[in-house]
Amino acid sequence: MLGFLVVLALALITISFRESEDGPLHDAQAAAASALQPLTVAMERVAQPFRDAYGWTAALFDARAEAERLRAEKEQLQQQVIQNESALQSLVDLKKLLTYVDGPTFPEDYTYVATSVTARPANAFEQVIVLPVGSDNGVELDAPVVTGDGLVGRVTHLTADTSRVTLLTDESSAVSAVDLRTKAPGIVKHGQTGDSLIMSRVRKEDVVKVRDEIVTSGWRSGPLASLYPKNILVGRVTSVGQAQTDLYQRVQIKPDVDFSSLDAVAVLVPRRTVARR
Amino acid sequence: MNDAASIVAIVFLAALLQATVVASLDLLGGTPDLLLLALIGVALLRGAVAGAVAGFGAGLLLDVLTLDTLGVTALILALAGYWAGRYGETTGRGRAHAPLLAVLVGTVLVAVFGYGLHFLIGEEVSARRALFETLLPGLGLNLILAAPVFALCRKLLRPFELSERTVEVQLLG
Repeated sequence: MLGFLVVLALALITISFRESEDGPLHDAQAAAASALQPLTVAMERVAQPFRDAYGWTAALFDARAEAERLRAEKEQLQQQVIQNESALQSLVDLKKLLTYVDGPTFPEDYTYVATSVTARPANAFEQVIVLPVGSDNGVELDAPVVTGDGLVGRVTHLTADTSRVTLLTDESSAVSAVDLRTKAPGIVKHGQTGDSLIMSRVRKEDVVKVRDEIVTSGWRSGPLASLYPKNILVGRVTSVGQAQTDLYQRVQIKPDVDFSSLDAVAVLVPRRTVARR
Repeated sequence: MNDAASIVAIVFLAALLQATVVASLDLLGGTPDLLLLALIGVALLRGAVAGAVAGFGAGLLLDVLTLDTLGVTALILALAGYWAGRYGETTGRGRAHAPLLAVLVGTVLVAVFGYGLHFLIGEEVSARRALFETLLPGLGLNLILAAPVFALCRKLLRPFELSERTVEVQLLG
């Protein structure tokens, strides 16, 4: 019996790999996932109040320190907002003068599909989540997924009403990003520990500092373009390191998104797609 | 409810809970594996064949729920269920520490074999995360939950009476 099951499992793995995304096995998997979706959504809704209660209790322990930190941050940000508004006004005026054509930026050129997270794999090998929205809801393959705290990942598998999102912390994820303050470019990939990220290929002459904000660069070169629109927050710099023999700096980033407790996310849909539907 | 239906219900509910609720919990840096615990409970009480079949079915369900490559989790859990079942039928039979030991070994083997399998099929996986950072806290949580989950399985799956067991040696005279 075990031999039969092992052979069957190996056959399923082989067929899954060899057939195309619209092959019969993938279709059957999508149909089964759709059939089970009401159950997962119901289970997620039942669990949500308990999860909220756990989160609320856990947050109580560091609420005082968090409040003090946020008060200090608020004062700093108030000053920054005034400077930014002035800079933005100048930018708008200058763009008008130059008749400047920009690539798609976030959030202006995107709308979103807000949804809950219904499932996660039961192992530490993959950093993915499953969402109860799919192509029927306007979601596209490779669509960026965000929360209010920043970039979460992108859609890597899509059915009519389900999508699988590979998180930024997964080994296979990479995103081109820039330091918002210095415009130093680099590639953000998973870090060595937990949810940390590493921004590599940052030139040594670029002076990146701790607490700098790292955002997606959203580059475009001819027909090629980054999967992620410009200006989505990826995280904040926690340390900058470089060895004398290295060509580039290694910038460690802490994402604002808490990847371990994602409950709700938004899938970005370009406005042209919405207009077409 | 007959025996097979009870096993299906336990495994189905555990897989659903694992994918939707438990997998998103982050307790002390780890996540308990409720499905593995339920599978080991079923395998210890019902043997290697039931364990392997239940593991295969549960893994396939999890692969469908998470849109993962079909067969990967099924293969890992089928082997885990078979091993736990064999252990229950042989060395672990009647021993009080059998569930704890099975969970300890099962959790480590699933992590190591899972890492190897994902690596072999070309997925980029982090050995540090899978085998060091999350394994130890996950193992601790699994060991804490092993006793209650096994007790629940025992309650739902009535242990075989002595007369139902296979008679290996018949005394004559």
